[in-house]
Amino acid sequence: MPATALRKPWRSLRRQREAAGFGLWVFLGSEVMFFACALTGYAVYRTLWNADFLAAARETNVVYGTLNTAILLTSSLTMAVAAEGARAGLRRLTLACLAATIAFGLAFLVVKGFEYREDIERHLLPGPGFALPAPAAQIFFAFYWLLTGVHALHMTIGLGVTATLLWQAWRRSRPLRSPAFEVAGLYWHFVDIVWIFLYPLLYLAGRA
Amino acid sequence: MSGLGEAAPTGAAAIWRGRLAVWAALLALLGATLALAYVPLGRFGLVVALGIAAAKALLVVLLFMHLRKPDPLLRLTAFASLVFVAFLLTLTFADVLTRAAPTQPGTVLPRSGPDLPATGQRAF
Repeated sequence: MPATALRKPWRSLRRQREAAGFGLWVFLGSEVMFFACALTGYAVYRTLWNADFLAAARETNVVYGTLNTAILLTSSLTMAVAAEGARAGLRRLTLACLAATIAFGLAFLVVKGFEYREDIERHLLPGPGFALPAPAAQIFFAFYWLLTGVHALHMTIGLGVTATLLWQAWRRSRPLRSPAFEVAGLYWHFVDIVWIFLYPLLYLAGRA
Repeated sequence: MSGLGEAAPTGAAAIWRGRLAVWAALLALLGATLALAYVPLGRFGLVVALGIAAAKALLVVLLFMHLRKPDPLLRLTAFASLVFVAFLLTLTFADVLTRAAPTQPGTVLPRSGPDLPATGQRAF
């Protein structure tokens, strides 16, 4: 039984695509508010203890952070090509680019894992035995762990969604014209944008 | 470009060409923000870093997330949340920046010693 892209309530694929995009943008609005709350907390504490925050931010590993930013931007490229390829009906391009996106996403998490291990070895986990003397440095690292952790969780969800789509496209159980590819791309790019803002706030602060 | 953005590229080469340019611009901005982070700009360092981040986000939103396509519903939905973020930041900082000094969290250092025993005078 060949699967069809057009689903029940919609009369045309264009309307369905519009509705899917609209729905995902509404969801992304709630995600923006979620991350904005944590970032506002960061902004408030950085205003109050700017010097301590800058000194603490110098302790993060800028090499891992920059590498991960480049990996994530590249994964956004392959995701965008996959979504556009699916829309144009280019099966091989879509499958290859979805697989590349998953590979880059996994590479991001692996680098993040190495970074977390280094942070834990250097006692940068807030609590007893914390490496830095300034009390506000612990607040910075509380935000560091919270923000990067929640971001990594979003990455993991995105990887699950992308892997599902790759599997369905591979099995031909989801036609390439389905709006799902584009919508999964929107989510992936949003997670990328979150990192684009985390990178200067957590890694580049206090380097000068 | 047609009004509804239905003129999507159909060949693999055309798809790569448009997106590789965006990717190259994003990586160039990444290099710029990394280099500028080591330049002593004082308090403008944060402005520059966040400005570049906003430029990168705008590139992604417009070109990867298709908001360049003039679809009012999607544009309105995408940017509505930013209005509320603006409220959040404005009202929060209206409080944080205008408090009298003794009520600021930073002015009273946390005690590291053990608490005094709760005597009759302190019990309120």
